[in-house]
Amino acid sequence: MDFSADHFSLFELPRAFRLDAAALDARYREVQAQVHPDRFANAGDAERRLSLQWATRVNEAYHTLKKPLSRARYLLQVSGHDVAAENNNAMPVDFLIEQMEWREAVSEARAAAEQHELEHLHHRLKQNMGERYEELAVLLDDSHDEAQAADRVRRLMFLEKLLAEIDDAIASLEE
Amino acid sequence: MALLQIAEPGESAAPHQHKLAVGIDLGTTNSLVATVRSGLAVVLNDELGRPLLPSVVHYEADGRNEVGYEAQARQALDPRNTIGSVKRFMGRGLHDITHRESMPYEFESSAEAPGMVRLRTAGGVKSPVEVSADILRTLRLRAEVALGGQLVGAVITVPAYFDDAQRQATKDAAKLAGIPVLRLINEPTAAAIAYGLDNAAEGVYAVYDLGGGTFDISVLNLSKGVFEVLSTGGDSALGGDDFDQRIFCWILEAAKLLPLSVEDARLLLTRAREAKEYLTYHGVAPVTTRLNSGEVVDLELTTETFGEISQTLVAKTLQPVKKALRDAGLTVFDVKGVVMVGGATRMPQVQHAVGEFFKQDPLNNLDPDKVVALGAAMQANLLAGNRAPGDDWLLLDVIPLSLGLETMGGLVEKIIPRNSTIPAARAQEFTTFRDGQTALAVHVVQGERELVSDCRSLARFELRGIPPMVAGAARIRVTFQIDADGLLSVAAREQTSGVEASVTVKPSYGLSDDEIAGMLKDSLAHTKDDAFRRALKEAQVEAQRLIDAVQSAIKSDGELLSAEQRTRVEAAIIKLQTAALSESRRHLTLAMDDLEAETKDFAARRMDKSIRRALAGKSIHQLEAAGNPSQTQVSKGEAE
Repeated sequence: MDFSADHFSLFELPRAFRLDAAALDARYREVQAQVHPDRFANAGDAERRLSLQWATRVNEAYHTLKKPLSRARYLLQVSGHDVAAENNNAMPVDFLIEQMEWREAVSEARAAAEQHELEHLHHRLKQNMGERYEELAVLLDDSHDEAQAADRVRRLMFLEKLLAEIDDAIASLEE
Repeated sequence: MALLQIAEPGESAAPHQHKLAVGIDLGTTNSLVATVRSGLAVVLNDELGRPLLPSVVHYEADGRNEVGYEAQARQALDPRNTIGSVKRFMGRGLHDITHRESMPYEFESSAEAPGMVRLRTAGGVKSPVEVSADILRTLRLRAEVALGGQLVGAVITVPAYFDDAQRQATKDAAKLAGIPVLRLINEPTAAAIAYGLDNAAEGVYAVYDLGGGTFDISVLNLSKGVFEVLSTGGDSALGGDDFDQRIFCWILEAAKLLPLSVEDARLLLTRAREAKEYLTYHGVAPVTTRLNSGEVVDLELTTETFGEISQTLVAKTLQPVKKALRDAGLTVFDVKGVVMVGGATRMPQVQHAVGEFFKQDPLNNLDPDKVVALGAAMQANLLAGNRAPGDDWLLLDVIPLSLGLETMGGLVEKIIPRNSTIPAARAQEFTTFRDGQTALAVHVVQGERELVSDCRSLARFELRGIPPMVAGAARIRVTFQIDADGLLSVAAREQTSGVEASVTVKPSYGLSDDEIAGMLKDSLAHTKDDAFRRALKEAQVEAQRLIDAVQSAIKSDGELLSAEQRTRVEAAIIKLQTAALSESRRHLTLAMDDLEAETKDFAARRMDKSIRRALAGKSIHQLEAAGNPSQTQVSKGEAE
């Protein structure tokens, strides 16, 4: 087993966006049970250090693959396509307008303390994102159009951030 | 008479192989030590049969101290030199301590003690780490007498919501007390182990842990030998003590008392605690006492009044509960059971509020005072290697607070988010902004807020020895590693030259290595321990541990070594065994280093083999059968 092997081969899963979540969970636990520092509490320094490195590596791989956005970004990265999120903020105007509308709706609902409206927005956004992830799966796994996929990933990064803001707003109303 | 020993399945049958390990619950009010005997976790009592050790230390001018009930008895007579609830001061600065004015202690000013608080006692200035070490030492001696030997190590519990400084302070205290720490584990996680193993529980459980001075909530998924913490939250300065404080204030008001002496304040606080405990089983508690000032207090506290004056405290615990559920992406309907931990959960209004929130009766079938120590003992037994592989379990815990770095303008850039599974690491690249710059300062903070000033400062790191280059040319890769104890360490390397930059740590609320060394010397001067003998004995235990580990590795994976390598490893073992018989600690350390060096590659190959073995022969179908029905995780959102 190569320490620098990619996350998919670490868990012996096919390198694809569509993922068998149960298999990932099960394999993560199998591997972590072997390398976790708790198994080496009694071992020498060298083994303890190695175990810490491996367990850290396995956690990172698991959590990267578990979430669809980070999984997609990772897939693009290992196939040599940089999502270049920092330098490539040029988004089509209609997408940006849509974003502004969403944000306005969120801040209005937040200001008026309308928890139901926020929950409704959360639900709608989740649905919207679900469709986009389906689309991303086709681009990555079926048509292998990495350039288009990178574009979708950038949009989804906006949406995930928006979703987190809605959840924060709901949380702040509860407190 | 010789008794037949019947081993528990998975429990080592040979008694000489059973390693002495304990679990310690270092509580705000009381502390306990527990161990696993014949497969059963038990709390070790003192010579009078009492399981609890009050977390109180009394210091005398001659350097002696008393710990536990004896110290507690001195509390009202000599409050200034009798330290209780010291856990609240661990890893904390003077400005962090609330209700300081109503405490009988004499704190050093922040100019004298800029980091962690320090208390002036008749026995000298004491850091909270030293006070905690005195409690831990008492528990260590209790365990060594009960078990008849030196401990291989201990699992010590900390509140899940403890930050890095508080965890480090706890580990330092164990070091001062001469206890090898196998692991720090979170109190609610320890409780979940005890509950989960006893009840073969499966599913999502919440652990509501209201102790003397800290509150934790953890949400866990229990399944087939895996304890996975999904999220955690809490308040490291909220506990049963605060309820006492509310009653105390109520007494002052209701009895219209004048400002009190420290002795009278201590006395009334004790009466307040007694009233709180009485109300657990009664509707009305009498509060009667004669103060040293001559004033007489004669009041009655009803359950209703207590409920009213403590309502905001109970409500304050439910905020972190909501947040933890949200962080786990769950609602109350996903929670199969709520395990109640900590003596303060005995209060009826707490039981009621938790039941109402989760829409189910909380689980109270474990002793809330003992469950944490019992779970810690089970984990210690596992870590010491007393259980066979296949009959063990895996514990996956998280960090409670996000870790961040200070960036321009006093803002925080999060590098490891809260609720990340540990161990975790994150590497970050830095560069220089001046030509020839050879040093770099990094400020690490912990917390969820955007401004550095709203987060807790953990430490300032200085990277030195960067080779001089033009501004922006150096690439310094700093790795932040959080280990299985939830503790942070930092390593730095300049990428273009490969120079390891040295890292100096200035913990904001911790103790430096020099301070620890100084305390260690002081504490040894005051105890009857023969420092030299003890250090040698510890090294011998450590050497034996290493020999056992290597021998069992050869037994199971010897084929990974060539004949020549095997000869070398075996020679190193014999050398270490010989050194262990001598009285030279230096020889012992050198021989240990040699054996470590000879087995380094072997260790890497073994790790590799075990990962392959874990995956090999498991077809996807088998894995699916073990887990949930197969599903494609395409439409699931990130924040779900």
